[in-house]
Amino acid sequence: MWTLFHKFGSPPWLYRLSGSILRWLLPISLLALAMGVGWGLLFTAPDFRQGNSYRIIYIHVPAAVVALAGYYVMAIAGGISLIWKMKMADVAMHAAAPVGAALTFIALLTGAVWGKPTWGTWWVWDARITSMLILLFLYLGVMALYEAFDNKAAAARACAILSLVGTVNIPIIYKSVDWWYSLHQPASIKFTGESTIDPSMLYPLLLSIIAFYALFTCCLLANMRAEILQRERRTGWVQRLASENH
Amino acid sequence: MTETTAPGAVSFCLRLLRRQLTLAIRRPVAVGNPLLFFAMVVALFPLGIGPAPETLAGFAPGILWIVALLSNLLSADGIFRSDFDDGSLEQLLLAPQPLYLSVLAYVAAHWLVTGVLLALVSPLFAAMLDLPVVAWPSLAAGLFLGSGVMSLVGGIGAALTVGLRRGGMLISLLILPFYMPVLIFGTATVQAALDGAPVQPFLALLGSMLCLSIALAPLAISAGLRISVDA
Repeated sequence: MWTLFHKFGSPPWLYRLSGSILRWLLPISLLALAMGVGWGLLFTAPDFRQGNSYRIIYIHVPAAVVALAGYYVMAIAGGISLIWKMKMADVAMHAAAPVGAALTFIALLTGAVWGKPTWGTWWVWDARITSMLILLFLYLGVMALYEAFDNKAAAARACAILSLVGTVNIPIIYKSVDWWYSLHQPASIKFTGESTIDPSMLYPLLLSIIAFYALFTCCLLANMRAEILQRERRTGWVQRLASENH
Repeated sequence: MTETTAPGAVSFCLRLLRRQLTLAIRRPVAVGNPLLFFAMVVALFPLGIGPAPETLAGFAPGILWIVALLSNLLSADGIFRSDFDDGSLEQLLLAPQPLYLSVLAYVAAHWLVTGVLLALVSPLFAAMLDLPVVAWPSLAAGLFLGSGVMSLVGGIGAALTVGLRRGGMLISLLILPFYMPVLIFGTATVQAALDGAPVQPFLALLGSMLCLSIALAPLAISAGLRISVDA
C-alpha cells in the first residue's frame, strides 16, 4: 500500500501510468460523451412543459456536478501535498484549477442560456447561481495566487491552504437550493428515495455525468503530464523521452 | 548571564495585543483612515443614486455593510506587513509560544481598531443615510460580530500575500468570496430589524460564523505565515 503511495511521488512513473490510462480513458470518455449527449439531445422525448429547451440539462447538470467535485479533487490534492510534501500532489492541484474553472463557467453559461426561455431572464441573483459564481471566484483566486509567487514550491503550499479554506463553501453550494427558497429547482436526482426525473431522461443524464467525470480525469491527467514535463525538463528521463520521439 | 524565563502563552498573547494596540494608537491617523474611508464612500452614494431619503433608506443596509467590508478589506493587507518587513515576524515564528494564539492577538488588534470602532460609529452613518432608528442597534451588533469574521478571514489573505510585492489587488480576489456569507447575513439582520422580525437568528448565525473562524482561521493564518516567511 505504502509503496504504491510512494510510487505516485515519482514523476517518470506517474507520467508513464497517466499515459497508459489516457490511451484508453480518452476514447472511452469521448464515446460516452457522444452517446450520453447524443442520446439526450436527439432521442429523448421533449418535456411537456419546457419543450425542447430542457435538453441543455445534458450539458448543464454534468458540468455543474463535476465542477463541484473538481474543487474537492483540488483541495484533497492540496491537503496531500501539505501533509506528505508530495510534489505530484502539487501538480494535480495546479492542474485541476483551470479545468474546474472552465466547467464552472460552462455550468453558468448554459444555465444562463437555459434560464432565458424558461425563467425569462439570463441571470438572477439566486442562491444556487450566486454560489456557483463564488465557486468560479474561488478557482480563479487559486490560479491567481499561484501565478503571484515566484517560488513555485511556496506557491503550491499557499494554494493548498487557500483551497482547503475554500472547502467551507462547497457544502453551502450543494445545499443552497434546499436551505434558501430560490428560483433554481432543488436536486432531482437522489441517491436515497425516488428521483423526480423520468427514467427515460435520467439514464442519458447519468451517462453524460459519467462522461463528464471521465473527461475531467482526462483533462486533469493531460494537464498534469504537461506540467510534469515542464518541471522535469532538465532531468535525464525527459531528455531521453524527447530524443526518442525525434 | 541571568536566567530569564519566557512568558507564558496567555501573557505573551496579551502583551502582543497591547503592543499592536499601542502601535495603532501612536499613529491615530492610521486608525482614522478606515473611518474616513467609510465616511467618504458613504458620501458617494447619495451623489450616485440620488439624495431622495426613501431610496437611500432602502439601500442603506447594503451600502453600510459593503462599505464596512471594503474598509476592512483595505486595512487587512497591513495586519502583518510592517512586522514582515522589519523581520519581527520571523522572531514570532521562532518563539516557543503557540503561533495560534499569537496570530489571534494580531487579528484581535486589527478587529478592535477597525471593526469594533466602525460598529461603534455606525449609527452616525446610518443617520446620514436615513436608516430608521429601530435598525441601528442590530446594525451595530451585526457589524461587531461580522467584522470579527472579516478580520480573521482577511488575516488568512494577509498571511498568504504578505511576502508578495503586488499583494494589494490579489488579497481582494482571495478573500472577497469568503466575505459574501457575512454580507448576506449582516444585511439580513438589518432588514429583519426594519421589518420588525426577530433579529436574534441572524445574529446567532453571525456569532456561529465568528466561532467557527476563531477556531479554524488561526491555523490557516499560521500556515500561511510560515509559507510567506520561507518563500
